[in-house]
Amino acid sequence: MSTAATANKIDAVFAELKARGETALIPFLTMGDPSLDVSIELIQAAEQAGASMLELGVPYSDPLADGPVIQRASERALKNKIGLLDCMKVALEARRRGVRMPFILFTYFNPALQLGLERFFELLQEHDFSGVIIPDLPIEEDGEVRAIAERTGIHLIPLVAPTSDARVERIASKARGFVYCVSSLGVTGERATFHAGIESFLATVRGAASVPICVGFGISSREQAERFAGLCDGVIVGSAIVRKVEEALPRLTSSDEAEQRQGIESVRAFIAGLKPAASRE
Amino acid sequence: MSQTHIPDTYGRFGPFGGRYVPETLMNALIELEEAYNRYKDDPEFQEELRYLLKQYAGRPSPLYYAERLTKHLGGAKIYLKREDLNHTGSHKINNALGQALLAKRMGKKKVIAETGAGQHGVATATVAALLGMECKVFMGEEDTKRQKLNVFRMNLLGSEVVPVMSGTRTLKDACNETLRYWVSHVDDTYYILGSVTGPHPYPMMVRDFQRLIGVEAKEQILEQEGRLPDAIVAAVGGGSNAMGIFHDFIGDGSVKLIGVEAAGRGVDTDKHAATMTKGRPGVFQGSMSYVLQDEGGQVQEAHSISAGLDYPGIGPEHAYLKDSKRAEYVPITDAEALEALQLLCRQEGIIPALESSHAIAHTMKLAPTMPKDAIVVVSLSGRGDKDVEAIMPYLKGEDAQ
Repeated sequence: MSTAATANKIDAVFAELKARGETALIPFLTMGDPSLDVSIELIQAAEQAGASMLELGVPYSDPLADGPVIQRASERALKNKIGLLDCMKVALEARRRGVRMPFILFTYFNPALQLGLERFFELLQEHDFSGVIIPDLPIEEDGEVRAIAERTGIHLIPLVAPTSDARVERIASKARGFVYCVSSLGVTGERATFHAGIESFLATVRGAASVPICVGFGISSREQAERFAGLCDGVIVGSAIVRKVEEALPRLTSSDEAEQRQGIESVRAFIAGLKPAASRE
Repeated sequence: MSQTHIPDTYGRFGPFGGRYVPETLMNALIELEEAYNRYKDDPEFQEELRYLLKQYAGRPSPLYYAERLTKHLGGAKIYLKREDLNHTGSHKINNALGQALLAKRMGKKKVIAETGAGQHGVATATVAALLGMECKVFMGEEDTKRQKLNVFRMNLLGSEVVPVMSGTRTLKDACNETLRYWVSHVDDTYYILGSVTGPHPYPMMVRDFQRLIGVEAKEQILEQEGRLPDAIVAAVGGGSNAMGIFHDFIGDGSVKLIGVEAAGRGVDTDKHAATMTKGRPGVFQGSMSYVLQDEGGQVQEAHSISAGLDYPGIGPEHAYLKDSKRAEYVPITDAEALEALQLLCRQEGIIPALESSHAIAHTMKLAPTMPKDAIVVVSLSGRGDKDVEAIMPYLKGEDAQ
């Protein structure tokens, strides 16, 4: 079992990327959409596509921060009764199959709370997660979670928004792993335009943070990823990938193995196509 | 006031309440809290609100001695706090007026709201028209069917009704969708939340705008009976009319406070909205409170014949009152509520809302167990005109049997 003293894999990956002058690509996948078996294969595919680390999304009945694409994925997964513990098992199975990139669990607060916070972090350790993102747990409410996270060496990755203003300093200075910068107002989902003051917002976060900063919410193409690559250390892509999974559902759920492989391949190719060109001044 | 320390600065009622929302909303909630704290004691704001409550909404609402119902049940004297007589037909106007005036002072020209039965939606559409604000109301698609009349009323008042197609397509998901819309438009839009639920400061603020129900009721019962009532009975979904009528009596230990929740087809079926009876503490839609949820913390679908009670959560202050044993919460089924609705129609010539019918139904059980000189005050939170179409098939079905 890892301890707080052990170096966190997320930090190690960012250090490597920095040395190579590269930007991290961090895909998001909703676990159990359309099944746990497919999720395991998609995780392998994401790593082959060049993902630096991965957000594993826990399906939730009331995903307040998510737009329609991830809502639908959540609903599909919930129909299969996929819960927090299933997502943990998926991570372990992916490791068994040789996936090496760091895992970050993305979950709303209630499922973790119901499990018991101590137990939740124990399980994160046991299943080799390096970080956790809880989108409905602002700093005012995260005291207990933060204390356990620090003790167990799991990075609690906070979100900052263009509306955070004076809160940026407080949030970014406490951040572990990286700071998740929300690109624009609103919920997750692809979008053509970002918050008008995005450059100065990212500069403010950069100034306040001692850890890398990554941008998410709305990034769906290589062009957008490259636009942000110069301004941050990583880009997070969620809805666009989950939409690809949705489009591939007929294949992914096919009983024909070749069909299923093609479905996985279409998602892999999409993720590979998102990777920003390797260069950062 | 004995309750000034509740909630604390984090919006906590004991362990309940708080502010569990995406970071994008945090500054908007802090700004709202600051504005509310600035204006709640501002004489000009209070005067404008008082004027509108009196001359526009028709307050104070009467406290009516239901003599025939009392005789019929043969126990405690039953008084009805007639919130159904307010403009727009329910208690919801009290809070909508308060928040809309606050929105205006904050310089917001657009307001949004969620609605279940449509009562809060109609109240918000009404005050938006009154103050010349643009208004969007989010309503579960299922509820737009159950409450067609209210959808039409909102449109007539100049508001847009947005049918919510996600999740359960009822109040729970209407709340989610309103919050998501607010996250995207937080710059110029004010969210008029309709119950004592959601993130701080809403549970406190909505309670404060509703507590005049209890303040009036106390004055009225002292005037009519010369003493405090023995019990107060009110329906709870999110819990705003109940919190409104309870709050001024919390310090009066002799007054029993009873919240009535919707048991749907029964608390032992999977079709109910009995959050206090069957739920457990959790975080849902911005605050910690009792929640109907499965073992893994997924929020469950609620069921009630009443769209306004069809909600798997409840306000955090109610959770606090339950755990501190200051209030008790009891379930009433769809069938019991329907029976109570008809009884009130025939005994008193009052058609109560399905929500309020739950409070009447519990009173039918409670009053006969009490002596004739005991007093029960029931919150008649809304009128039933909106429900007439929805209950027709149920009652016709009964006739057919």
